[in-house]
Order: sequence, then C-alpha cells, then structure tokens
Amino acid sequence: MIVAVASGKGGTGKTTVAASLAWVWDRPVAAVDLDVEEPNLHLFLKPDIIGRETAVMEVPVADESKCTYCRACADLCQFKAISVLGSVLLTFPEMCHGCGGCLAVCPEKALSPGSRELGEVAWGTAAGRIGFFMGRLRVGEAMSPPLMRAVIAKIAQSPHATAGDVIIDAPPGTSCPAINAVLPSDLILLVTEPTPFGFHDFQLAHAAFAPLGKPMAAVINRAGLGDHSVQDFCRSQQLPILTEIPFDRRLAEAYSKGQVLADALPNMRTVFEELMGSLRGWAETSWQRKVAAHA
Amino acid sequence: MPEIIVISGKGGTGKTSLTAAFAHMAGDAVICDLDVDAPDLHLILQPEIKVREDFYSGHEAVIDARACTACGLCAEMCRFGAVSNPPAGYRIDPLKCEGCKVCVQFCPAGAIQFPDRHCGEWFISETRFGPMVHAQLFPGAENSGRLVALLRQKARELAQESGRSLILSDGAPGIGCPVISSLSGTDFAVLVTEPTPSGRHDLERVADLCRHFKIPTGVIVNKADLNPENTQDIQRWCDAARTEFLAALPYDPAVTEAMVQRLTVTEFSADGLSMDIRRSWRRIVELGNHKATSSKATDMPKSSA
Repeated sequence: MIVAVASGKGGTGKTTVAASLAWVWDRPVAAVDLDVEEPNLHLFLKPDIIGRETAVMEVPVADESKCTYCRACADLCQFKAISVLGSVLLTFPEMCHGCGGCLAVCPEKALSPGSRELGEVAWGTAAGRIGFFMGRLRVGEAMSPPLMRAVIAKIAQSPHATAGDVIIDAPPGTSCPAINAVLPSDLILLVTEPTPFGFHDFQLAHAAFAPLGKPMAAVINRAGLGDHSVQDFCRSQQLPILTEIPFDRRLAEAYSKGQVLADALPNMRTVFEELMGSLRGWAETSWQRKVAAHA
Repeated sequence: MPEIIVISGKGGTGKTSLTAAFAHMAGDAVICDLDVDAPDLHLILQPEIKVREDFYSGHEAVIDARACTACGLCAEMCRFGAVSNPPAGYRIDPLKCEGCKVCVQFCPAGAIQFPDRHCGEWFISETRFGPMVHAQLFPGAENSGRLVALLRQKARELAQESGRSLILSDGAPGIGCPVISSLSGTDFAVLVTEPTPSGRHDLERVADLCRHFKIPTGVIVNKADLNPENTQDIQRWCDAARTEFLAALPYDPAVTEAMVQRLTVTEFSADGLSMDIRRSWRRIVELGNHKATSSKATDMPKSSA
C-alpha cells in the first residue's frame, strides 16, 4: 500500500503524521520525502544516509557550426528556452522543461543532450527498520516535479517497492508539485487544522485530488483550535476523519525538539497505531467498493 | 517605491497572518497575494472584487480520437508519461501533460489539438486597507510563475495609478517556481520562521535563495517561546548570515481567534503581540525604503517600471 500524506495549507502537520506513522508501522515500510523544495522528514526520522545521487534533467547543447538558423527549435519550444536572433542561437537551460522537442525537430542535428542539475536524491535507513528516500532541490532551481520523478524512480529500483508499504510526505499546495507527489499513491491522507486557513486550503486540496479517483481520508491536527467547519465538510463529503490530534502545547514542544511524536509520547504512539489500523481498514473498504462497482 | 514580500520556505509559520497585520499597519499599500495555489489572505481582508479576469497559460495536447491512427509515436516521444493507451484508444492525461507540443508537432496524422490552457482567474479588489491583487489557480493546475509575474505587474500599475507608496506581498511556501518568480525586483523579503528543526532548515534554504537573487532579508521568529533555545540559535545564525533579526513573536492564541473573526491580529487586540508587530513593521519599511532608494540600478531588472 502506498499512502500519500498531503494537505493544501503548509504547516498543518504532514511531516509529523508521516514520521509517526512510519515509526509505528508494523510491516516493512519506506518513508519518502517528496517535498523536495523544503524536505523536513529527515530532521525527525534522522536516517543513516547510505547513498546519494545528483539528479539531472536533459537540456539542449548547441553546436552552432551546424546550425542553419532555420528556427524550427525556437518555433517548437513552448518555454522560451531556445531562441534564434538573426544568426545567433541562444539556449536558456534554466527555462528548459526537458521535453526533447528541439533535439528531435532539428534537421541539422545541431543540438545534443546536455544536463542541468536539479538537486540530490538520497536514501538510507531510519531506526534500523524504516527505508528512507528523499529529494532536495538545488537552491535556484524552479522545477520540482522532475526531481520528484527521480526520487520515485529510485524507490522503484529498491526492494522496498515490492516488499513493503510506502508513506509519502507530500509538498503543500494543490498544484503540479502536490499532484505529482500523490499520483503514485493508493490512498491520500489529508492533514488539516480546524482554522479558517486550514479549512479553505483543505477544500482546495480535496477538489484538486478528487479527480484522481483515489480514496481519501482526513486527519485533523490541533483539534480544539478554531471552529468545526472542517468536520462538517468531511461529513457532507463522506470523507472519513481517521483521527483527531488535540491541540496541546506539549506536542508543539516535542516537535520543536525534532522528536517523533509516536516515539516521545506514549499516548501518541497509541494514536498513530490506531491511525495505521483505520488507514488499512479504509483502504480495504474502498478497494471492495471499487470491485463491487466494477462487478 | 519599495516592494516587500513575506515568505518562509516552510508553510504554516504565520506568513499570511503577519502579512494581513502589516497591511493594516501600512494603511496605504497595494496588497498582493502571490500564493496563487492556496491563497488565504482574502479570508482576512475580505476583498470586494472589482475586476475579474481569466488566466490562460500555455496549452494542452488533446488527441482527436477520430483522426488518430494509433501509431503510438506520441506515447513513445512524450517525456512526461502523459500518453496512455487504454482499450478505448490513445489519450493524454491533462494532469501529466507539460504542454510541450512535441506530440502535436510529430503526430503523422495531425490528430492532436493544442488548445489554450485555462489555468485560473485573477482579481483586482478593494479591501479595508487598500487595493488588492490576487488570484486563484484552478485545482491541480500548473503552478505558474507566469501568474505570479502577472500579479506583480498589475500591482505595480495599480500602485502608480493610485499613488500608493508600497507594495506588500504574501508569498508561497517552498523555494520553487512561484517563489522565484515572486522575488525578481523585490526590495526586501521578510522571512518568517518558527523555532523548530523544520523552520530553521527551511529558513536557511529560503535565505540562500534570496542571497542568490541579491534580495536583502530580515527574520521574524514566530511562536518563539515554544523553544527559546532554538530561537536564540536562529538569532545567532542571523548575525552570522548578515540578515537582520527583526523580532521574536510569542505564541498567542489571539492569532487564531482573530482569524476566526476574519480580523487581523492587530485589529483584534492592540497590545502584546500587536505592539511587537507594529515595531517590526516600522523597521521593515525603513529597510525596504533604504533598499529601494539606494541600489536599484545594480539589482535584478524589473519587468515594468
């Protein structure tokens, strides 16, 4: 089972939930940080990193001696990454999306594949039992989805892909990076807080992920703060609330020390063990419903 | 005219609550919500929308099933895994389509259309603190730096037309495309963090990004009393990193209470936290003005005057 822990609003507790879930998971599991712009999961799981790789994306390299300035590349490029000004060919590798169109369209073979550094993929083991993968975007790099795909490709090569479950810590938001992070999952766990900001972004996230047709469930963090709009919305959408984590300053302080809540506080261990159980239950129910719908 | 942005790297540190309070303090700013993906500032400022425009960015590829000969070349050439071949025929997943046009260009049957992509809406509004420029990307749409650039251009035009002296923007979390787009031509970035390992880690990355684009920064530690030791560490880090430590704000339930009532925290209560926010704001304006008048020529070019 692949679970993506996501949210619309940032700072609602995705990393807290992902870290604690991985901590109590009683089957082989890999924890994966796909918030490559600001990865934080490693700060809590404190993995032993055993491998690192630089991830790159293909960008064109021009050999101007072969260029006839026909403009076919510049006309095709949708991202202003290559242009022809009179008899000068210019490439802007930072703008390139790596589609390979310019290389394919050039009649003179004046373009060849080069590379742009996206960032780093790192992997290892946490607490001697949790597989760990992360991506870290190079500062100044604008595009996170290609690096996320590189992290996902790395997991696919590892034994974790077939032998166990995967818990994904997704980036905040509802646009392309967030969608890319939840695409590989079987189930999306939305973490929110019951404040006006939390509720508003929760609705956006729900609307963004619903077309993917994956089962979704909610975790309400800092329950007791704000109002009841999130709970009412979940009821109206038949979105199960799998657990509510109360607002408690002790939790915030444990988090501020880099502790995994399920490790630091015995009652939190119980909360997350129960969450693991209800997640599996919800996945099972959703799967059966799907089978029944197709029958 | 200084352009000031509030960013954080990590989400949920209090960017939007602080930006709303700053808008109250400023009084005559053009207010801009650059978190076009999950905007929240409007929840506090309750803008009355005056202008509403569609936002189109790029294109998406759509296969015309009647013209498709099922040769499979599009699936072979697509670098984004967007072309699938279910029993019903070849299809492009709009969520995976990058809009690169490669399939359109090479389809031997000319069976792929390339319509404009309608990605969201943007607005010019009036709030109790002044004009506001904001937007909403459609759920799942491309998080376009172009929309951020467009909003900033509109904010500048609006500032000039209305004779406003300042542009105040609420930024997106992260350090990727929308954040990079929101930094070009900015005079001062307020970095809001919290005294946690995540807050600190993400602060360092977003500060690096600002240094990369030569944007001066100042730091506010929110919920500072949650971990005074970490707060002190961040203060020491600021000294070493030559960024100004603007304020350590205490955790205060008034922030959430104000939010529930759709008020800025400075409207909700005039003392305590609000005094600290007022003091920080004065300093931010000083620093923003200093930057805007001193070294404009050597910085990143502005897309419009």
